[in-house]
Amino acid sequence: MATEHETVAGAAPGQPAPDGLPPGGSGGKVSRTTSAERRERAAHPGWFLAPALVVMVVFFFVPTVFNFVYAFTDWSSFKSEINPVGFDNFVELADSGTLFASLRITVVYAVLVAIFQNVFGLILAVLLERDTRLNRFARAAFFIPVLMSALAVGYIFQAFLKPEGALNALIGALVGHEVTTAWLGSTTWTIVVVALIHAWKWMGLSMLIYMAGLKTMPGDVLEAARIDGASPWKAFWAIRFPLLAPAVTFSVATALLGSMNGFDVVQATTEGGPARTTEILNIFIYRTFGQGLFAQATTMSLVLFLMVALFAFPVIKILRRREEIL
Amino acid sequence: MSTEVLRRRPRRSARTKAQPVVALVLVAVLVGLPMWLVVVTAGKPQGEALTPNLDLPSQWQLLDNVREVWTRGRIPSGFFGSVLVMVPSVLGVLLLGSMGAWILARRSKRRYAVLYAAAISGIVLPPAVVTVVLLLRQLGLAGTAIGMIGVYMGIYMSTVIFFVTGFIRTIPLELEEAARVDGARPLTVFVRVILPLLRPVLATATILICLYVWNDVFYAFFVLGGRLDTLPLNLFQVASAGLYLNNWHLIFTYVVLMSLPLLIVFVVAQRKIISGITSGAVK
Repeated sequence: MATEHETVAGAAPGQPAPDGLPPGGSGGKVSRTTSAERRERAAHPGWFLAPALVVMVVFFFVPTVFNFVYAFTDWSSFKSEINPVGFDNFVELADSGTLFASLRITVVYAVLVAIFQNVFGLILAVLLERDTRLNRFARAAFFIPVLMSALAVGYIFQAFLKPEGALNALIGALVGHEVTTAWLGSTTWTIVVVALIHAWKWMGLSMLIYMAGLKTMPGDVLEAARIDGASPWKAFWAIRFPLLAPAVTFSVATALLGSMNGFDVVQATTEGGPARTTEILNIFIYRTFGQGLFAQATTMSLVLFLMVALFAFPVIKILRRREEIL
Repeated sequence: MSTEVLRRRPRRSARTKAQPVVALVLVAVLVGLPMWLVVVTAGKPQGEALTPNLDLPSQWQLLDNVREVWTRGRIPSGFFGSVLVMVPSVLGVLLLGSMGAWILARRSKRRYAVLYAAAISGIVLPPAVVTVVLLLRQLGLAGTAIGMIGVYMGIYMSTVIFFVTGFIRTIPLELEEAARVDGARPLTVFVRVILPLLRPVLATATILICLYVWNDVFYAFFVLGGRLDTLPLNLFQVASAGLYLNNWHLIFTYVVLMSLPLLIVFVVAQRKIISGITSGAVK
C-alpha cells in the first residue's frame, strides 16, 4: 500500500491536489490517485501531528541544535557574556586525554552491559519459559530490579560490595577465612563490576523481550526436530536461536544505546572512580556542569550525541526493517 | 522410534526436575540477597547499620527510621513533586504521541516517512541535557514542573510514536471507514474508534514511561536544579550531600519507601504488566 501511494508522482509535497478533475476522467490513473490522496488527507488531517512535533522540536530538537552552537563557545557560570571560541573546547579536552578516555570508557561500559544483560536475559527466558506457578513467581521477582530506581540499585550494591560488606562476608563464610576484596576499588575491573550491576537491573526486561520471542516459535518445527532426534541443546541453537533474531536485535540495541546514556548506576556506586576509570560521558557532563563549566559539559554532550548517532543510524534502519516485516 | 522415546524420557524428566530448583536458587541469590540486605538494614538502628550486613537487626526499628526519613528526606514534598511531574508527562505524551502516530501510520506520502524517521529518532538519540537548561531559562521554565514535563514529553514522545504507529498499522482501515461513512469527523474517528483499540499498546507504553519518569534523577537534576523536589532527586541529594553518610539504615529506608508505590502497582497488576510488555515487544 505504501509504495502505491509513494509513486503518486506529479503533485509536489504541500500542494493541494488539483481540484475539478472528474474522477475517472481522461488522466485516469493520476486523478484516481490524487482523489485517494485527497480522501486520505481529509480523513487524517496533518494537524493531528502538530502538537507532538511542536513538543519534540521545542524540548528535544532545539536543545540538540544548541549543542552544536554552544560547544564552540566559552559559556560558563563565571561570566555573563558568551563568546565563540572555535574548536578550543575540543582541543582542550583532547589534549588532557579526557575526551578519548571518556569515550573509550563509555563504549566499553555499553558493550559490557549489552553482553551481560542479554546473556542473563536469554538464560532466564529459556529457564523460566514454561508457564508454571513457580516460573511466574520467578519472572515477577526478576522484574523487581527493573521497577526500582537505578540510583537505589547503585546504593544497594555499593553497600553489598564494600570491602567489609555482605558479599565478602558470604564468600568468607564459604571459603573459611576472611575476604576483604574491594570490589569497587580496582582501576581495571570496577568497570566490569558496575556493568554487571547495570545488567542486573535491566536483565528482567531483556528476559521478557526474549520470552516474547520464544512464544512466537512454531511448535511443529520444534516437534519435527525432536522426532528427528535433535538434542535440546542442538535444537535450541539450530532452530530457536536464529528465530529469536528480531528479539536479539531489539534487546541488544536498547541495552547498548541505553547504557551509553547511562548515569545513575555509575554515580551511585563509584561516582566515576577509582581514578576516573569508570567516568562515562554523562558522569563527566554532570561533574563539569556542577563546576559551572557549561561549555565543556556541552562539548561532551555533543560528543555523546555524535557517538550515539553513529551507532543509531544502523539501529534505526534495523528497527524500521523489523517493523516492515511485521 | 519407541526406543528413542524411552531413551529420552529419563533425561527430560531430570531436566524438568532440576528446573524449579535452579530457578528458586537463582531468585534467592540474585534477587533475594540484595533485597534482604535492603530490608534488614532499613530496620536497623544507626550503630548496627554502619557496615551493612545480612544479619537481622537486634531489634526492628523500621518505623522510627521511616519517621526520621519522612522529615529529613522531605518524603511528602518529594512524592508530591514526583506525582506532579509524572502524571501530566505520561498523559500528555500518550495523547499527543497517539494523535501523531495515527497520522504517521495512515498518511503515505514520502514527507510522512521522513517525519516518522525524525519522530522516532529520540528513541536512540540522547537528549541535550546541558543546553536544554539554557533553553528553559530563556523560556522562563527552568526549575518548574512545566519545564520538566515538557522535557520528559520531548524525550519519550519517540517511544510512544514508535510503539503506537506500529500498532495502528495492524488496525484495518475499514474500521475507520465505517465510522466515516456515518459522517464522523476525524476527531470523532480518533476518539471513538482508534483510541479504544490502542488500549493494550498504551498500557505497555504507560508502564515503561512511568518507570523511567518515576525513577529519573539525571534529567531532573539538570532541569529542576533543586527548585522542585522529586523522590529520586531527594534520595540523590541527601545521599551525596554526606548527610546520610554512614546512615545506611536511612538510605535503605528511603529506598524502600520510594520503591513501594511502583511495587504495589506491580503486585496488583502483575499479570497484566508482564503480558503487556511481552506482547508489546512482539508487536
